[in-house]
Amino acid sequence: MRQDTRVKLEIAGVGHSYGDLRTLSSLTLAGEANEVIGLVGPSGCGKSTLLELICGLQEPIEGKIAVEGNSASEERLGRCALMPQRDLLLPWYSAIDNAALALRNQGIGRAEARAEAATLFDRFGLAGFEAARPAELSGGMRQRVAFLRTLIAGKPVLALDEPFASLDAITRAEMQEWLAAALRADPRTAVLVTHDVEEALYLCDRVAVMSGRPGRVVAELSAPHPRAEDRDGAVTDPGFVSAREQALRTLHQTLRGS
Amino acid sequence: MLPALFLLTLVGIWQLAASTGLLADLFGLEDFLVPSPAEIGEALWENRTLLAENAWVTLREILLGFACALVAGIAFAIAMHLSGFVLRSTYPLVIASQTIPIVAIAPILVIWFGFGIVPKILVVALVCFFPITVATLNGLSSVDPEAGKLMRTLYASRWQIFRRLSVPTSLPYLFTGIKISIVFAPIGALFGEWVGSSSGLGHQILQDNAQLQTARLFAAVAILSAIGLILFGLVALVERRVVTWR
Ligand SMILES: Nc1ncnc2c1ncn2[C@@H]1O[C@H](COP(=O)(O)OP(=O)(O)O)[C@@H](O)[C@H]1O
Ligand SMILES: [Mg+2]
Repeated sequence: MRQDTRVKLEIAGVGHSYGDLRTLSSLTLAGEANEVIGLVGPSGCGKSTLLELICGLQEPIEGKIAVEGNSASEERLGRCALMPQRDLLLPWYSAIDNAALALRNQGIGRAEARAEAATLFDRFGLAGFEAARPAELSGGMRQRVAFLRTLIAGKPVLALDEPFASLDAITRAEMQEWLAAALRADPRTAVLVTHDVEEALYLCDRVAVMSGRPGRVVAELSAPHPRAEDRDGAVTDPGFVSAREQALRTLHQTLRGS
Repeated sequence: MLPALFLLTLVGIWQLAASTGLLADLFGLEDFLVPSPAEIGEALWENRTLLAENAWVTLREILLGFACALVAGIAFAIAMHLSGFVLRSTYPLVIASQTIPIVAIAPILVIWFGFGIVPKILVVALVCFFPITVATLNGLSSVDPEAGKLMRTLYASRWQIFRRLSVPTSLPYLFTGIKISIVFAPIGALFGEWVGSSSGLGHQILQDNAQLQTARLFAAVAILSAIGLILFGLVALVERRVVTWR
Protein backbone atom coordinates (compact mmCIF):
# COMPACT_ATOMS: atom_id res chain seq x y z
CA MET A 1 0.00 0.00 0.00
CA ARG A 2 2.81 2.42 0.81
CA GLN A 3 4.79 3.43 -2.22
CA ASP A 4 6.51 6.45 -0.73
CA THR A 5 9.04 5.12 1.74
CA ARG A 6 10.89 8.39 2.19
CA VAL A 7 11.52 9.13 5.84
CA LYS A 8 9.09 11.87 6.84
CA LEU A 9 10.05 12.21 10.43
CA GLU A 10 13.43 11.79 11.98
CA ILE A 11 14.12 12.27 15.66
CA ALA A 12 17.66 11.41 16.69
CA GLY A 13 19.20 11.66 20.15
CA VAL A 14 16.89 14.46 21.24
CA GLY A 15 17.13 15.98 24.69
CA HIS A 16 14.92 18.66 26.20
CA SER A 17 14.41 20.39 29.52
CA TYR A 18 12.22 23.03 31.10
CA GLY A 19 14.80 24.90 33.12
CA ASP A 20 16.18 22.35 35.57
CA LEU A 21 13.51 19.80 34.76
CA ARG A 22 14.95 17.28 32.34
CA THR A 23 12.06 16.03 30.22
CA LEU A 24 13.58 14.09 27.31
CA SER A 25 16.92 12.38 26.94
CA SER A 26 18.48 10.81 23.83
CA LEU A 27 15.14 10.07 22.31
CA THR A 28 15.18 8.47 18.89
CA LEU A 29 12.22 7.75 16.67
CA ALA A 30 11.58 7.70 12.92
CA GLY A 31 8.45 7.72 10.84
CA GLU A 32 7.89 6.87 7.20
CA ALA A 33 5.41 8.53 4.88
CA ASN A 34 1.80 7.88 5.91
CA GLU A 35 2.86 5.83 8.88
CA VAL A 36 0.84 6.25 12.06
CA ILE A 37 3.07 5.98 15.09
CA GLY A 38 1.60 5.49 18.53
CA LEU A 39 3.31 6.99 21.56
CA VAL A 40 2.57 5.56 24.99
CA GLY A 41 4.28 6.24 28.29
CA PRO A 42 3.68 7.26 31.89
CA SER A 43 2.12 10.67 32.36
CA GLY A 44 4.61 13.49 32.68
CA CYS A 45 7.26 11.64 30.64
CA GLY A 46 7.30 14.35 27.98
CA LYS A 47 4.90 13.10 25.30
CA SER A 48 3.19 16.46 24.80
CA THR A 49 6.58 18.14 24.87
CA LEU A 50 7.83 15.80 22.15
CA LEU A 51 4.88 16.70 19.94
CA GLU A 52 5.60 20.40 20.41
CA LEU A 53 9.23 19.73 19.53
CA ILE A 54 8.22 17.92 16.36
CA CYS A 55 5.91 20.80 15.40
CA GLY A 56 8.68 23.35 15.79
CA LEU A 57 7.02 25.03 18.76
CA GLN A 58 10.05 24.24 20.90
CA GLU A 59 13.71 23.55 20.31
CA PRO A 60 15.66 20.54 21.62
CA ILE A 61 18.77 21.22 23.70
CA GLU A 62 20.53 18.37 21.93
CA GLY A 63 19.98 16.02 19.03
CA LYS A 64 18.17 16.52 15.78
CA ILE A 65 14.57 16.68 14.65
CA ALA A 66 13.84 16.75 10.95
CA VAL A 67 10.52 16.77 9.15
CA GLU A 68 10.81 15.83 5.49
CA GLY A 69 14.53 16.44 5.86
CA ASN A 70 14.17 19.95 7.28
CA SER A 71 15.29 20.64 10.82
CA ALA A 72 14.80 24.41 11.17
CA SER A 73 11.92 25.10 13.57
CA GLU A 74 10.08 27.34 11.08
CA GLU A 75 10.29 24.56 8.49
CA ARG A 76 8.90 22.03 10.97
CA LEU A 77 6.14 24.43 11.95
CA GLY A 78 5.13 24.71 8.31
CA ARG A 79 4.92 20.94 7.90
CA CYS A 80 3.24 19.78 11.11
CA ALA A 81 -0.27 20.22 12.43
CA LEU A 82 -1.02 19.79 16.11
CA MET A 83 -4.18 18.51 17.69
CA PRO A 84 -3.72 19.49 21.32
CA GLN A 85 -4.79 17.53 24.36
CA ARG A 86 -7.65 19.96 25.04
CA ASP A 87 -9.66 20.69 21.90
CA LEU A 88 -9.07 24.47 22.29
CA LEU A 89 -11.90 25.34 19.95
CA LEU A 90 -12.35 29.10 20.04
CA PRO A 91 -15.73 29.80 21.67
CA TRP A 92 -16.35 32.97 19.64
CA TYR A 93 -16.25 31.14 16.31
CA SER A 94 -18.81 28.75 14.90
CA ALA A 95 -17.83 25.13 14.33
CA ILE A 96 -17.08 25.74 10.68
CA ASP A 97 -15.03 28.88 11.34
CA ASN A 98 -13.00 26.94 13.90
CA ALA A 99 -12.40 24.18 11.38
CA ALA A 100 -11.45 26.70 8.68
CA LEU A 101 -8.99 28.68 10.85
CA ALA A 102 -5.94 27.48 8.92
CA LEU A 103 -7.49 28.61 5.64
CA ARG A 104 -8.43 32.02 7.03
CA ASN A 105 -4.94 32.47 8.44
CA GLN A 106 -3.57 31.78 4.98
CA GLY A 107 -5.52 34.73 3.65
CA ILE A 108 -8.43 32.84 2.10
CA GLY A 109 -11.74 34.73 2.24
CA ARG A 110 -14.41 33.71 4.70
CA ALA A 111 -16.93 32.41 2.16
CA GLU A 112 -14.36 30.37 0.30
CA ALA A 113 -12.86 28.96 3.50
CA ARG A 114 -16.29 27.94 4.77
CA ALA A 115 -17.17 26.29 1.48
CA GLU A 116 -14.00 24.22 1.61
CA ALA A 117 -14.56 23.20 5.23
CA ALA A 118 -18.22 22.41 4.50
CA THR A 119 -17.31 19.51 2.22
CA LEU A 120 -15.40 17.90 5.09
CA PHE A 121 -18.30 18.60 7.47
CA ASP A 122 -20.55 16.54 5.24
CA ARG A 123 -18.02 13.77 4.94
CA PHE A 124 -17.49 13.51 8.71
CA GLY A 125 -21.07 13.63 9.89
CA LEU A 126 -21.04 17.20 11.08
CA ALA A 127 -23.48 18.50 8.46
CA GLY A 128 -26.06 20.77 10.02
CA PHE A 129 -23.73 21.89 12.78
CA GLU A 130 -21.73 24.40 10.76
CA ALA A 131 -23.14 27.42 12.58
CA ALA A 132 -23.14 25.86 16.06
CA ARG A 133 -20.84 27.33 18.66
CA PRO A 134 -18.40 24.87 20.28
CA ALA A 135 -20.36 25.04 23.54
CA GLU A 136 -23.36 23.60 21.75
CA LEU A 137 -21.49 20.52 20.47
CA SER A 138 -21.10 17.15 22.15
CA GLY A 139 -17.64 15.98 23.19
CA GLY A 140 -17.30 13.68 20.19
CA MET A 141 -18.32 16.43 17.79
CA ARG A 142 -15.89 18.88 19.33
CA GLN A 143 -13.09 16.35 18.79
CA ARG A 144 -14.14 15.88 15.19
CA VAL A 145 -14.15 19.63 14.58
CA ALA A 146 -10.74 19.87 16.24
CA PHE A 147 -9.46 17.07 14.04
CA LEU A 148 -10.86 18.68 10.89
CA ARG A 149 -9.16 21.92 11.89
CA THR A 150 -5.90 19.96 12.02
CA LEU A 151 -6.56 18.13 8.75
CA ILE A 152 -7.60 21.22 6.76
CA ALA A 153 -4.22 22.81 7.42
CA GLY A 154 -3.07 20.34 4.76
CA LYS A 155 0.22 19.50 6.45
CA PRO A 156 2.01 16.23 5.76
CA VAL A 157 2.60 15.40 9.45
CA LEU A 158 -0.05 15.28 12.17
CA ALA A 159 0.73 15.41 15.89
CA LEU A 160 -2.29 14.12 17.82
CA ASP A 161 -2.13 14.52 21.60
CA GLU A 162 -4.47 12.12 23.41
CA PRO A 163 -7.32 13.16 21.14
CA PHE A 164 -9.95 10.96 22.77
CA ALA A 165 -8.82 10.91 26.40
CA SER A 166 -11.65 13.15 27.54
CA LEU A 167 -14.42 11.14 25.94
CA ASP A 168 -16.63 8.45 27.46
CA ALA A 169 -15.90 4.86 26.46
CA ILE A 170 -18.64 4.51 23.84
CA THR A 171 -17.91 7.83 22.14
CA ARG A 172 -14.21 7.03 22.26
CA ALA A 173 -14.74 3.72 20.42
CA GLU A 174 -16.83 5.53 17.82
CA MET A 175 -14.21 8.22 17.41
CA GLN A 176 -11.42 5.67 17.02
CA GLU A 177 -13.29 4.02 14.21
CA TRP A 178 -13.97 7.45 12.72
CA LEU A 179 -10.30 8.47 12.91
CA ALA A 180 -9.20 5.20 11.31
CA ALA A 181 -11.58 5.87 8.42
CA ALA A 182 -10.47 9.50 8.16
CA LEU A 183 -6.82 8.45 7.93
CA ARG A 184 -7.65 5.78 5.36
CA ALA A 185 -9.42 8.39 3.24
CA ASP A 186 -6.69 10.97 3.65
CA PRO A 187 -3.46 9.24 4.71
CA ARG A 188 -0.89 11.27 6.62
CA THR A 189 2.16 10.63 8.68
CA ALA A 190 0.93 10.90 12.24
CA VAL A 191 2.20 10.65 15.78
CA LEU A 192 -0.60 9.72 18.13
CA VAL A 193 -0.12 10.02 21.87
CA THR A 194 -2.45 7.82 23.88
CA HIS A 195 -2.83 6.13 27.24
CA ASP A 196 -4.82 3.31 25.75
CA VAL A 197 -2.81 0.36 24.38
CA GLU A 198 -5.83 -1.00 22.55
CA GLU A 199 -6.37 2.37 20.88
CA ALA A 200 -2.72 2.52 19.91
CA LEU A 201 -2.75 -0.98 18.41
CA TYR A 202 -6.01 -0.34 16.56
CA LEU A 203 -5.06 3.03 15.09
CA CYS A 204 -1.31 2.82 14.65
CA ASP A 205 1.11 0.89 12.51
CA ARG A 206 3.75 0.93 15.20
CA VAL A 207 3.78 1.87 18.87
CA ALA A 208 6.73 3.50 20.62
CA VAL A 209 6.94 3.02 24.39
CA MET A 210 8.49 5.84 26.37
CA SER A 211 10.22 5.56 29.74
CA GLY A 212 9.46 7.76 32.70
CA ARG A 213 11.05 11.21 32.82
CA PRO A 214 13.49 11.96 31.29
CA GLY A 215 11.60 10.27 28.49
CA ARG A 216 13.12 8.23 25.72
CA VAL A 217 11.85 5.42 23.51
CA VAL A 218 12.58 2.14 25.28
CA ALA A 219 10.61 -0.29 23.13
CA GLU A 220 8.68 -0.49 19.90
CA LEU A 221 5.70 -2.71 19.34
CA SER A 222 4.30 -3.54 15.97
CA ALA A 223 0.58 -3.58 15.48
CA PRO A 224 -1.21 -6.59 13.99
CA HIS A 225 -1.85 -6.36 10.24
CA PRO A 226 -4.14 -6.30 8.42
CA ARG A 227 -6.96 -5.01 10.58
CA ALA A 228 -10.70 -5.20 9.99
CA GLU A 229 -12.32 -1.89 9.18
CA ASP A 230 -14.93 -2.01 11.89
CA ARG A 231 -13.46 -1.54 15.33
CA ASP A 232 -15.38 -4.31 17.07
CA GLY A 233 -14.28 -6.78 14.42
CA ALA A 234 -10.70 -5.60 14.68
CA VAL A 235 -10.28 -5.66 18.44
CA THR A 236 -11.97 -9.03 18.93
CA ASP A 237 -9.88 -10.71 16.26
CA PRO A 238 -7.74 -13.44 17.93
CA GLY A 239 -4.60 -12.03 16.34
CA PHE A 240 -5.37 -8.59 17.76
CA VAL A 241 -6.18 -9.97 21.20
CA SER A 242 -2.92 -11.83 21.46
CA ALA A 243 -1.01 -8.82 20.12
CA ARG A 244 -2.62 -6.69 22.82
CA GLU A 245 -1.76 -9.20 25.54
CA GLN A 246 1.80 -9.26 24.38
CA ALA A 247 1.97 -5.49 24.13
CA LEU A 248 0.69 -5.06 27.68
CA ARG A 249 3.24 -7.58 28.93
CA THR A 250 6.07 -5.80 27.14
CA LEU A 251 4.82 -2.47 28.44
CA HIS A 252 4.75 -3.62 32.04
CA GLN A 253 8.15 -5.28 31.82
CA THR A 254 9.72 -2.29 30.11
CA LEU A 255 8.31 0.28 32.44
CA ARG A 256 9.16 -1.72 35.53
CA GLY A 257 12.68 -2.22 34.23
CA SER A 258 13.36 1.41 33.40
CA MET B 1 -38.23 43.44 39.13
CA LEU B 2 -37.37 43.16 42.81
CA PRO B 3 -35.12 46.28 42.89
CA ALA B 4 -37.85 48.27 41.12
CA LEU B 5 -40.39 47.18 43.70
CA PHE B 6 -38.06 48.08 46.54
CA LEU B 7 -37.34 51.49 45.03
CA LEU B 8 -41.05 52.17 44.55
CA THR B 9 -41.73 51.34 48.19
CA LEU B 10 -38.96 53.67 49.32
CA VAL B 11 -40.25 56.51 47.14
CA GLY B 12 -43.74 55.88 48.49
CA ILE B 13 -42.58 56.13 52.09
CA TRP B 14 -40.56 59.24 51.26
CA GLN B 15 -43.60 60.82 49.59
CA LEU B 16 -45.74 60.12 52.63
CA ALA B 17 -43.16 61.32 55.12
CA ALA B 18 -42.36 64.49 53.15
CA SER B 19 -45.91 65.53 52.20
CA THR B 20 -47.15 65.22 55.79
CA GLY B 21 -44.24 67.35 56.98
CA LEU B 22 -43.03 64.44 59.12
CA LEU B 23 -39.56 64.41 57.58
CA ALA B 24 -39.07 68.19 57.93
CA ASP B 25 -40.17 68.09 61.56
CA LEU B 26 -37.85 65.19 62.21
CA PHE B 27 -34.84 67.18 60.91
CA GLY B 28 -36.18 70.44 62.38
CA LEU B 29 -36.26 72.07 58.93
CA GLU B 30 -38.61 74.28 56.93
CA ASP B 31 -41.03 72.29 54.77
CA PHE B 32 -39.66 73.57 51.43
CA LEU B 33 -36.17 72.27 52.26
CA VAL B 34 -37.45 68.68 52.28
CA PRO B 35 -39.18 68.17 48.94
CA SER B 36 -41.38 65.16 48.31
CA PRO B 37 -40.89 63.04 45.18
CA ALA B 38 -43.98 64.66 43.69
CA GLU B 39 -42.46 68.12 44.21
CA ILE B 40 -39.21 66.95 42.66
CA GLY B 41 -41.17 65.66 39.68
CA GLU B 42 -42.87 69.02 39.44
CA ALA B 43 -39.53 70.84 39.52
CA LEU B 44 -38.25 68.43 36.89
CA TRP B 45 -41.12 69.31 34.59
CA GLU B 46 -41.11 73.06 35.20
CA ASN B 47 -37.36 73.35 34.65
CA ARG B 48 -37.15 70.84 31.84
CA THR B 49 -35.44 73.19 29.37
CA LEU B 50 -32.81 74.33 31.85
CA LEU B 51 -32.23 70.80 33.11
CA ALA B 52 -32.00 69.38 29.60
CA GLU B 53 -29.48 72.02 28.57
CA ASN B 54 -27.32 71.37 31.60
CA ALA B 55 -27.70 67.60 31.28
CA TRP B 56 -26.51 67.80 27.67
CA VAL B 57 -23.41 69.75 28.77
CA THR B 58 -22.58 67.15 31.41
CA LEU B 59 -23.38 64.21 29.16
CA ARG B 60 -21.02 65.58 26.53
CA GLU B 61 -18.24 65.88 29.12
CA ILE B 62 -18.89 62.32 30.22
CA LEU B 63 -18.93 60.87 26.72
CA LEU B 64 -15.87 62.76 25.50
CA GLY B 65 -13.90 61.97 28.64
CA PHE B 66 -14.91 58.33 28.48
CA ALA B 67 -14.00 58.10 24.79
CA CYS B 68 -10.53 59.53 25.51
CA ALA B 69 -10.04 57.05 28.35
CA LEU B 70 -11.22 54.16 26.19
CA VAL B 71 -8.78 54.90 23.39
CA ALA B 72 -5.87 55.74 25.69
CA GLY B 73 -6.59 52.87 28.08
CA ILE B 74 -6.76 50.21 25.38
CA ALA B 75 -3.69 51.58 23.60
CA PHE B 76 -1.75 51.72 26.84
CA ALA B 77 -2.81 48.22 27.87
CA ILE B 78 -1.68 46.86 24.50
CA ALA B 79 1.64 48.68 24.81
CA MET B 80 2.17 47.22 28.30
CA HIS B 81 1.19 43.79 27.03
CA LEU B 82 3.55 43.86 24.05
CA SER B 83 6.52 45.40 25.82
CA GLY B 84 7.82 44.06 29.10
CA PHE B 85 9.80 47.25 29.42
CA VAL B 86 6.71 49.46 29.22
CA LEU B 87 4.92 47.18 31.67
CA ARG B 88 7.68 47.16 34.28
CA SER B 89 8.39 50.87 34.03
CA THR B 90 4.80 52.19 34.02
CA TYR B 91 2.45 49.69 35.66
CA PRO B 92 3.47 50.58 39.24
CA LEU B 93 3.00 54.25 38.38
CA VAL B 94 -0.45 53.60 36.93
CA ILE B 95 -1.45 51.93 40.18
CA ALA B 96 0.17 54.63 42.31
CA SER B 97 -1.70 57.28 40.35
CA GLN B 98 -4.92 55.85 41.76
CA THR B 99 -3.97 56.88 45.26
CA ILE B 100 -4.14 60.55 44.24
CA PRO B 101 -7.70 61.76 44.87
CA ILE B 102 -9.34 63.20 41.77
CA VAL B 103 -10.90 65.94 43.92
CA ALA B 104 -7.40 67.22 44.58
CA ILE B 105 -6.35 67.28 40.92
CA ALA B 106 -9.47 68.90 39.53
CA PRO B 107 -8.61 72.45 40.74
CA ILE B 108 -5.14 72.18 39.23
CA LEU B 109 -6.62 71.11 35.91
CA VAL B 110 -8.86 74.17 35.97
CA ILE B 111 -5.86 76.40 36.65
CA TRP B 112 -4.02 74.83 33.73
CA PHE B 113 -6.82 74.47 31.20
CA GLY B 114 -9.31 77.18 32.18
CA PHE B 115 -13.05 76.98 32.73
CA GLY B 116 -13.98 75.37 29.43
CA ILE B 117 -14.79 71.75 28.71
CA VAL B 118 -11.18 70.52 28.66
CA PRO B 119 -10.57 70.10 32.42
CA LYS B 120 -13.94 68.29 32.79
CA ILE B 121 -13.04 65.88 30.00
CA LEU B 122 -9.69 65.31 31.64
CA VAL B 123 -11.21 64.55 35.05
CA VAL B 124 -13.69 62.11 33.52
CA ALA B 125 -10.91 60.51 31.48
CA LEU B 126 -8.73 60.16 34.57
CA VAL B 127 -11.55 58.43 36.42
CA CYS B 128 -12.25 56.04 33.52
CA PHE B 129 -8.67 55.34 32.47
CA PHE B 130 -7.65 53.05 35.31
CA PRO B 131 -10.47 50.47 35.21
CA ILE B 132 -10.27 50.25 31.43
CA THR B 133 -6.48 49.88 31.32
CA VAL B 134 -6.25 47.32 34.09
CA ALA B 135 -9.16 45.27 32.77
CA THR B 136 -7.78 45.21 29.23
CA LEU B 137 -4.31 44.28 30.42
CA ASN B 138 -5.84 41.51 32.50
CA GLY B 139 -7.72 40.21 29.49
CA LEU B 140 -4.69 40.26 27.24
CA SER B 141 -2.60 38.31 29.73
CA SER B 142 -5.31 35.70 30.24
CA VAL B 143 -4.91 34.40 26.69
CA ASP B 144 -4.28 30.65 26.77
CA PRO B 145 -0.66 30.11 25.66
CA GLU B 146 -1.59 26.65 24.35
CA ALA B 147 -4.15 28.27 22.05
CA GLY B 148 -1.42 30.62 20.84
CA LYS B 149 0.78 27.63 19.97
CA LEU B 150 -2.10 25.94 18.22
CA MET B 151 -2.71 29.08 16.17
CA ARG B 152 0.94 29.09 15.12
CA THR B 153 0.59 25.55 13.74
CA LEU B 154 -2.44 26.85 11.81
CA TYR B 155 -0.30 29.38 9.90
CA ALA B 156 -1.34 32.34 12.09
CA SER B 157 0.88 35.42 12.02
CA ARG B 158 1.41 37.46 15.19
CA TRP B 159 -1.23 39.89 14.02
CA GLN B 160 -3.71 37.10 13.28
CA ILE B 161 -3.12 35.60 16.72
CA PHE B 162 -3.77 39.03 18.21
CA ARG B 163 -6.93 39.61 16.19
CA ARG B 164 -8.47 36.14 16.31
CA LEU B 165 -7.33 35.05 19.77
CA SER B 166 -6.17 37.89 22.03
CA VAL B 167 -8.85 40.44 21.16
CA PRO B 168 -11.85 38.11 21.65
CA THR B 169 -10.31 36.73 24.85
CA SER B 170 -9.93 40.26 26.25
CA LEU B 171 -13.35 41.60 25.22
CA PRO B 172 -15.31 40.37 28.26
CA TYR B 173 -12.61 41.85 30.52
CA LEU B 174 -12.72 45.13 28.62
CA PHE B 175 -16.48 45.35 29.08
CA THR B 176 -16.11 44.83 32.81
CA GLY B 177 -13.69 47.76 32.89
CA ILE B 178 -16.02 49.89 30.78
CA LYS B 179 -18.98 49.16 33.06
CA ILE B 180 -17.03 50.17 36.14
CA SER B 181 -15.74 53.35 34.54
CA ILE B 182 -19.07 54.41 33.03
CA VAL B 183 -20.78 54.55 36.43
CA PHE B 184 -17.93 56.60 37.89
CA ALA B 185 -17.74 58.94 34.91
CA PRO B 186 -20.69 61.17 36.00
CA ILE B 187 -19.03 61.69 39.39
CA GLY B 188 -15.89 62.79 37.57
CA ALA B 189 -17.87 65.28 35.50
CA LEU B 190 -19.51 66.59 38.66
CA PHE B 191 -16.14 67.21 40.35
CA GLY B 192 -14.87 68.90 37.21
CA GLU B 193 -17.83 71.24 37.15
CA TRP B 194 -17.73 72.00 40.84
CA VAL B 195 -14.25 73.39 40.63
CA GLY B 196 -15.21 75.91 38.00
CA SER B 197 -17.89 76.06 35.36
CA SER B 198 -20.77 78.11 34.04
CA SER B 199 -23.06 75.28 32.97
CA GLY B 200 -23.76 71.58 33.47
CA LEU B 201 -25.66 69.66 36.11
CA GLY B 202 -22.83 70.05 38.61
CA HIS B 203 -22.88 73.81 38.14
CA GLN B 204 -26.65 73.84 38.56
CA ILE B 205 -26.49 71.73 41.72
CA LEU B 206 -24.14 74.31 43.26
CA GLN B 207 -26.46 77.16 42.31
CA ASP B 208 -29.59 75.40 43.55
CA ASN B 209 -27.76 74.67 46.75
CA ALA B 210 -26.91 78.35 47.22
CA GLN B 211 -30.47 79.41 46.41
CA LEU B 212 -32.05 76.68 48.55
CA GLN B 213 -33.86 75.35 45.47
CA THR B 214 -33.87 71.86 46.94
CA ALA B 215 -36.55 70.38 44.70
CA ARG B 216 -34.64 71.39 41.55
CA LEU B 217 -31.40 70.21 43.13
CA PHE B 218 -32.89 66.79 43.67
CA ALA B 219 -34.16 66.84 40.09
CA ALA B 220 -30.60 67.48 38.85
CA VAL B 221 -29.27 64.66 41.01
CA ALA B 222 -31.95 62.33 39.67
CA ILE B 223 -30.98 63.18 36.09
CA LEU B 224 -27.31 62.63 36.81
CA SER B 225 -27.98 59.22 38.28
CA ALA B 226 -30.30 58.40 35.36
CA ILE B 227 -27.47 59.26 32.97
CA GLY B 228 -25.20 56.80 34.78
CA LEU B 229 -27.84 54.07 34.76
CA ILE B 230 -28.73 54.54 31.10
CA LEU B 231 -25.08 54.53 30.02
CA PHE B 232 -24.52 51.35 32.03
CA GLY B 233 -27.56 49.79 30.40
CA LEU B 234 -26.33 50.75 26.95
CA VAL B 235 -22.93 49.23 27.62
CA ALA B 236 -24.56 46.03 28.88
CA LEU B 237 -26.65 45.94 25.71
CA VAL B 238 -23.62 46.39 23.47
CA GLU B 239 -21.78 43.73 25.46
CA ARG B 240 -24.57 41.25 24.90
CA ARG B 241 -24.41 41.87 21.16
CA VAL B 242 -20.62 41.68 20.98
CA VAL B 243 -19.74 38.95 23.49
CA THR B 244 -22.17 36.38 22.17
CA TRP B 245 -20.26 33.33 23.37
CA ARG B 246 -20.75 33.80 27.11
N1 LIG C 1 5.68 24.88 29.98
C1 LIG C 1 6.24 24.09 30.91
N2 LIG C 1 7.12 24.59 31.81
C2 LIG C 1 7.68 23.82 32.75
N3 LIG C 1 7.44 22.51 32.90
C3 LIG C 1 6.57 21.94 32.04
C4 LIG C 1 5.91 22.69 31.02
N4 LIG C 1 5.10 21.86 30.33
C5 LIG C 1 5.24 20.65 30.90
N5 LIG C 1 6.11 20.69 31.93
C6 LIG C 1 6.54 19.54 32.72
O1 LIG C 1 7.30 18.72 31.88
C7 LIG C 1 7.01 17.35 32.09
C8 LIG C 1 6.54 16.73 30.81
O2 LIG C 1 5.31 17.31 30.44
P1 LIG C 1 4.45 16.76 29.25
O3 LIG C 1 5.25 16.81 28.00
O4 LIG C 1 3.18 17.52 29.23
O5 LIG C 1 4.19 15.24 29.67
P2 LIG C 1 3.10 14.19 29.14
O6 LIG C 1 2.41 14.80 27.99
O7 LIG C 1 3.87 12.97 28.80
O8 LIG C 1 2.18 13.93 30.29
C9 LIG C 1 5.97 17.32 33.20
O9 LIG C 1 6.63 17.05 34.40
C10 LIG C 1 5.39 18.70 33.20
O10 LIG C 1 4.99 19.05 34.50
MG1 LIG D 1 0.43 15.33 27.71
